[in-house]
Amino acid sequence: MNIENSKQNGDFKSPFAVEIKNINKSFGPVQANKEISLNVSGGTIHGIIGENGAGKSTLMSILYGFYQPDSGEIKVHGKLAYFKQPSDALRLGIGMVHQHFMLVPNFTALENIVLGAEGKTGLYKGLQNARKKLEKLKQAYGLEVELDSLTENLPVGIQQRIEILKALYRGARVLILDEPTGVLTPLETEQLFEILLALKSEGVTILLITHKLHEIMAITDEVSVMRQGKMVANTLTKHTSPEMLAEQMVGRSVLVNNKYELQSIGKVALSVEQLGVVDKRGFDSLKNATFDLHAGEILGIAGIAGNGQSELLSVLSGITQPSRGFFKIEEHLFDAKKNPNPRLMRQLGVSHVPEDRHSEGLVLQFQAFESVILGYENNKKLGNGFFTNPDTIQAYCSQLQEAFDVRPQNPRLYSSQFSGGNQQKLVLSREISSTPKILLVGQPTRGVDIGAIEFIHKTLIGMRNNGCAILLVSVELEEILSLSDRILVMNSGEIMGIVPKITATKAMLGKMMAGIPIEEAKEDKK
Amino acid sequence: MTDFWFQFVLTLDSTLRVATPLIFCAMAGIFSERSGIIDISLEGKMLMAAFVAAAVAYGTGSPWIGAVAAVLVSIIASLIHGFACIIHRGNQVISGLAINILASGLTVIIGIALFRQGGLTPTLTKTSRFNSIELPFIEFFELHTPIFGVIYKHLISGHNILVWAAIVSVAITYYILFKTTFGLRLRAVGEKPEAIDSAGISVTKMRFQAIIIAGILCGLAGVYLSTATGAGFVKEMTAGKGYIALAAMIFGKWRPVPALFACLLFGFLEAVATRIQGIEFILIGEISSDLLIALPYLLTVILLAGFIGGVTPPRAIGQPYIKER
Amino acid sequence: MQASRLPRYVDIVLIPVLNLLTALFVAGIIIAIIGENPFTALSVMLKGAFVYKGGLGYTLFYTTNFIFTGLAVAVAFHAMLFNIGGEGQAAMGGLGIGLVAISLGSYLPVIIVIFLAILGSALFGAIWGVIPGYLQAKRGSHIVITTIMFNFIASAILVWLLAGMLMAPNQMSPETVSFSDGVALWQFHEIFNKLGFDVGRSPLNLSFVIALICCLLVWLLIWRTRLGYRIRATGFSLKASAYAGYRPETIIIVTMAISGGLAGMMAVNEILGVQHRVILNFTSGYGFTGIAVALMGRNHPVGIIFASLLFGALFQGGAELDFEFQAITRDMVLMIQGLIILFSGALAYMFNPALEKLFLRNELMMRPKND
Repeated sequence: MNIENSKQNGDFKSPFAVEIKNINKSFGPVQANKEISLNVSGGTIHGIIGENGAGKSTLMSILYGFYQPDSGEIKVHGKLAYFKQPSDALRLGIGMVHQHFMLVPNFTALENIVLGAEGKTGLYKGLQNARKKLEKLKQAYGLEVELDSLTENLPVGIQQRIEILKALYRGARVLILDEPTGVLTPLETEQLFEILLALKSEGVTILLITHKLHEIMAITDEVSVMRQGKMVANTLTKHTSPEMLAEQMVGRSVLVNNKYELQSIGKVALSVEQLGVVDKRGFDSLKNATFDLHAGEILGIAGIAGNGQSELLSVLSGITQPSRGFFKIEEHLFDAKKNPNPRLMRQLGVSHVPEDRHSEGLVLQFQAFESVILGYENNKKLGNGFFTNPDTIQAYCSQLQEAFDVRPQNPRLYSSQFSGGNQQKLVLSREISSTPKILLVGQPTRGVDIGAIEFIHKTLIGMRNNGCAILLVSVELEEILSLSDRILVMNSGEIMGIVPKITATKAMLGKMMAGIPIEEAKEDKK
Repeated sequence: MTDFWFQFVLTLDSTLRVATPLIFCAMAGIFSERSGIIDISLEGKMLMAAFVAAAVAYGTGSPWIGAVAAVLVSIIASLIHGFACIIHRGNQVISGLAINILASGLTVIIGIALFRQGGLTPTLTKTSRFNSIELPFIEFFELHTPIFGVIYKHLISGHNILVWAAIVSVAITYYILFKTTFGLRLRAVGEKPEAIDSAGISVTKMRFQAIIIAGILCGLAGVYLSTATGAGFVKEMTAGKGYIALAAMIFGKWRPVPALFACLLFGFLEAVATRIQGIEFILIGEISSDLLIALPYLLTVILLAGFIGGVTPPRAIGQPYIKER
Repeated sequence: MQASRLPRYVDIVLIPVLNLLTALFVAGIIIAIIGENPFTALSVMLKGAFVYKGGLGYTLFYTTNFIFTGLAVAVAFHAMLFNIGGEGQAAMGGLGIGLVAISLGSYLPVIIVIFLAILGSALFGAIWGVIPGYLQAKRGSHIVITTIMFNFIASAILVWLLAGMLMAPNQMSPETVSFSDGVALWQFHEIFNKLGFDVGRSPLNLSFVIALICCLLVWLLIWRTRLGYRIRATGFSLKASAYAGYRPETIIIVTMAISGGLAGMMAVNEILGVQHRVILNFTSGYGFTGIAVALMGRNHPVGIIFASLLFGALFQGGAELDFEFQAITRDMVLMIQGLIILFSGALAYMFNPALEKLFLRNELMMRPKND
């Protein structure tokens, strides 16, 4: 339908589905996009890669009309286009699949797809018509979705399909996917890629935003690299390599496989037996976890986000209660009857760098010196009895900021005013300064700049070398491989196995992350 | 027995009368809150409308012109609420509270300025009010069907047009909310405004439409108070009815039909409370009507606390919509 | 509560003053529309509040009420709880005083009765705050709705008791017997008259001092204690609070106890300071005004003292309007209060974008070019 439109509208047929020229966009003092230009050929899969904060999402938001650029122009099928709002872009056939789904949880799949494009026939008739049209779309692209299910009850992979159907239903011929695989299992990712290839073969143009190199290599025809708001490279995918892309992404060669020296392992610091957590909805989010954590080792927890790692951290740090099994620190045993709590865990020498520093690790509205005592405000050095002493705390904060090179070095600055890397250093400084015996770390370098990543990695290794037992959860497999002494892989709340670093390969870990038990993953390797 | 039966029908009749403004306001609350805007200003809008309806009906002699003016003023109050919480992303509870307090002050001040009767409006004559409508065939039914006859004469007949309008408003609310495109979008905007925005529909526009409808309905509630059941405006004549309606809306879990029943239940409690004063019951003795009046509030607290089935308010309620970066 | 990009003085002085002026400006227009001179009205109010004999006393008397209810709202705000149940908590506080004073009044020394009565007001208010707090923390009910409902329930309980069990014999109106002699807080005009100063009669009593002490205590609590730290952390981020191990549920309940207790103590001023018996509706909306006070005072005790003074003057000056004008009465105060809540509460940040533009432009111009 929209192809016809574009034929009618355009006087000539451009080879490009989308042309972007000299786009600029600022948010206050931050320039998110600088002089961006990009041509996307029709009927191809075009990858856009870059680190967090490189400006990919902003650019795409401009392309589908959510933001308006400060300057620059966009052409769709050779014709100049002005988008005041997403519906303008949709009218020209540009659809967006968001990273965070734009679905109403208590609507059915059908209602969600039709929302905003109900037609003028009345709701009942509109839904009927849509159902017919959708059956065709579903078959054409293998987008299997139960249209009458409540969206909130569907797995994320299916919810994503609803988003894709939503865009196609509105006649999208250019589909933007923002980090579509972040929430998917490997199997779901595979299925998604099949769908994307089917779409491509039908002439749909796909813009795939990601920060995962292997996805770019696997599926795209062309790739553009963004760094710090600028477009730094445009090539055919077959002419490039992961190493090259990585270098372009960060602006210098990265230490992808930075080998840190292994070290002899000490005695058991934490032992976990048959530990299980049942969440509020009654799901077993952590099942039968059994392992030991030794002094002087880093045990990496690999897995796709949402496979029980967060629950593991949460229960070991005392925030949630175990439902089954127990864990033991020295002679202290915690189970469903004898509950742990964060305060007690801290007293036992357990520190916790949480996965989400914005909502957990820091209080963004607090000044740095206040955030830096979160959970430690009882410390006798920082006040007496009932009261706290702001001067002492500020001095203490300055000390930490200096030791961890937190910039700007100002205890009175609000926590929200620091960059991602410096916020993480604030959290790390607080948790390490209590000289823990056990350190639980979640996503230590998420959204952190390269310089800070190196600092954080070195700090963790340093802690390990001093005999601290570290449990490291990260969705970045590279990070796990580079830092860990042993690697534990999780899938749907279960431990798939523990692999010593020396024998671990990415392929094998990948299979385990997808739910294949360790024995089979090993055999397959041969 | 017949006396008890007769009393019971009369109680139901006054239940309906008491419940009418509650029903209007509860439907108003459903529109507003389903779109994501907390509306504790039902009370204030109703009060303003009651005043304007009486004042204009007195001035023009027509209850209809009074009603139109009242509805307009109630819409303006809604728009102020929207200006504060939709455009300026102000706190919705605070804005609603401001409108309530403003209404208490303004109605009296303007009333005094206009009529010099200490905040009252002059008593309305019969022609400038909405009068009760006696239905035909009362004698016929009384003669041939004694039981239905009593119901027909005392419960069904003899209501003014606004009572009927209130009941119709429930059906309309239900239809709009669940059977129209507008309703689908309205429910979506209160659950997940991002979904509406990304579908190319203005969240701001949707929410303004919702609160304008809320304004109309609150306006009718006010019209009912001062020009249908009452014969003029009395200072603070809403007396917390807006809050009871809010409670009824929650009690009905933000759904029109259950909310209607909640309004009728709360209306019934009040109707009973006024009738049992001073009556000794066997075994229990005298039931305090003072405490009975508080029962709706207590029931709502108990329901909200999840002791009798859970309630989930619209997910996006109370949060101003901000485009995220 | 976001860190603002504006200079501090703009945030804490200029914006509240601008909001207040906008509210007064709109009020002035309304007065002009109904045919009176807004400036005359203002001067009548100012004279009534500060100049006439006893006026200042009355102003400070009302101020006392607002300090208590304002602090109550502010403390809850720091935990991101919206306590609009000040009316009910104050009413229950009055009941607490009444129960202590009536039951123990003739058995114990006066000083002890007064002390226990004050405790009783705080305790009863606290209970009326803790229940909604508990329901929010443990059962997930919305505290705004619960506290609204609790206002009505409290009022019904008071009517029931004062027109029933607690009603004074041989009385027609619903109120308790008067407390025993001496079970009352000293009034300032008596003290001053004894000292030989001639001041006008006013209900201003020792509660004013208690209110100021409460301001200091609240400041210490929020910004200088571990509990205050935990309250603020919980208010800003429930997740961070759980991470740190503060048990947000406990914090919410404790905060609501403190908040309810402060609101309950408003009854000390009205009941123990003036009425010396429990009457109906003595809260007269002061609980709601507390919200306006906390908003204007930016939840800080110093701000609350100033905002309370403003509202105290409004209430006292408003009473004066009744005598001087035909067309305007003290209901004018309600209207102004509504406008202030609208402009300093709901529309508090209306001027921010414009001011940010103004100040940030200046800042850019002042910055050296090579930056």
